[in-house]
Amino acid sequence: MQSRIDPSGSQTLSPATGMGPALLSMRNVSKSYGDRKILDGIDLDVAPGEKVALIGPSGSGKTTILRLAIGLVEPEEGTIRIDGRYLWHEEDGGRLRRASNKHTRQVRRSVGIVFQQFNLFPHMSALENVREPLVHTIGLPRPEAEKRAAGLLAKVGLADHLTKRPAQLSGGQQQRVAIARSMALQPRVMLFDEVTSALDPELVGEVLKVVRDLAHETDMSMLIVTHEISFAIDIADRVLMFDTGKIIEEGPPSQVLKAPQEPRTRQFLRAILER
Amino acid sequence: MNSFGWDWSYAISTLPDLFSGLKLTIIATFFGSILAVLIGLVLCLVRMAQIPVLSGLASFWIQLIRGTPLLIQLYFIFYVLPGWGLSLAAFATGVLALGMYYAAYAAEIFRAGIEEIAPGQWEASLTLGMPIPRVWTGVILPQAIVAVIPVLANMVIAMFKETALLSSITIMELLAQGKSVGSIHFRYVEPLTMVGVLYFIVSYTAARMIRRLEGRHAIQN
Ligand SMILES: Nc1ncnc2c1ncn2[C@@H]1O[C@H](COP(=O)(O)OP(=O)(O)OP(=O)(O)O)[C@@H](O)[C@H]1O
Ligand SMILES: [Mg+2]
Repeated sequence: MQSRIDPSGSQTLSPATGMGPALLSMRNVSKSYGDRKILDGIDLDVAPGEKVALIGPSGSGKTTILRLAIGLVEPEEGTIRIDGRYLWHEEDGGRLRRASNKHTRQVRRSVGIVFQQFNLFPHMSALENVREPLVHTIGLPRPEAEKRAAGLLAKVGLADHLTKRPAQLSGGQQQRVAIARSMALQPRVMLFDEVTSALDPELVGEVLKVVRDLAHETDMSMLIVTHEISFAIDIADRVLMFDTGKIIEEGPPSQVLKAPQEPRTRQFLRAILER
Repeated sequence: MNSFGWDWSYAISTLPDLFSGLKLTIIATFFGSILAVLIGLVLCLVRMAQIPVLSGLASFWIQLIRGTPLLIQLYFIFYVLPGWGLSLAAFATGVLALGMYYAAYAAEIFRAGIEEIAPGQWEASLTLGMPIPRVWTGVILPQAIVAVIPVLANMVIAMFKETALLSSITIMELLAQGKSVGSIHFRYVEPLTMVGVLYFIVSYTAARMIRRLEGRHAIQN
């Protein structure tokens, strides 16, 4: 498959921060389901270490953007690059052709994702969940994988729950296991998809704290879909407002979240605050 | 001996023979089940893997087996295959026929279990970069198999009752023993009634045990 995109404009600078070549870069990406265009010509760059918050109404395509960024779905048009490497393409004498599945799997490994519904393996303990990719994706010997998994779980405050199955943990604890698991392969880009919206209100804080600490302590890039406005103000370098498959407003949180220009952004924020 | 009444001492005297038949019935069910589960899992995976030709064949095979009576399959292996140079002992024939017949059902049971697994399990595995074989053996199958154990157990009970068909190819299982005892004494009421009672006791007890285990499993989750 030949792509229409010219690969020569490779190393783009992230527009908002100028922190260097983008770690995640989407060019003219479109995605449809059936004949409904969900995303329409999206350009998106996330610089190394940059934390980007995605906001927007339900059905606007936020989850779809994350699924595209980690290669769970393939765009009909456009290119996606992770750390300079095309997710779905290989360069072949200046032209792009469809890459092998192996290539896609390799590139995807630099990206981690935390899902709204946790998606933990219910038949495995917390430790086994985190150990799983260490043993089976990167082939660490079991004792070393276990040591590293225990360390990751301790980091998210679950040192005392290593042997518990997901069903024996609270929603907040399960989501923290999921965060530890997605960190196991030391991704360079982390994606968070409304990681607190399936939780009881009293459990939201503990999970946001873990994400916040990660954001402040690591130099991972992050793309975070959230409806928690004060959380976004706290950790985001940049905010993107999505509506009907397009980015309609973007800028620093102080602008987009506190003094939005677009009427639809204003309307959306008002609706959230009134909930 | 009154031919319309019920002779207790005769009924009880049939038990040793019936128990030896029951033992054979249980052994046939045991090996038949193992065969059915193993072949069924392979059939299911081959079918779901969408391998050109092979998956279609597996699919056709499942339809073929499900679309013909077990008795015909039994006769086919027992009377027709030897003509093609493949002859098996009666008991092996019985176990093989039971195993293959129920494998077609087990394949469908496994497929339902696999399709019930939340898509999020696949997504988590793929985004963690896990190799596809490991996703099957480490994530999907362990959950799917545990989920279908009660259904498989009910299938085994069905198979247990169907083993009566093996009497038609000279295997002295429970029903054949009952008929044999009856023919020796020219009286069938007691032995055949006792045969029915034994089938009932075993399958009823097993079904109750499955219900109990299911209940306990549901509480744990
Ligand atoms: N697999 C799919 N098949 C068909 N339509 C889909 C599929 N996935 C998403 N959609 C549709 O695409 C649109 C965007 O979905 P998406 O999940 O990206 O929205 P979202 O912004 O994450 O919404 P929410 O805030 O509710 O999570 C929705 O209208 C949804 O119904
Ligand atoms: Mg969503």
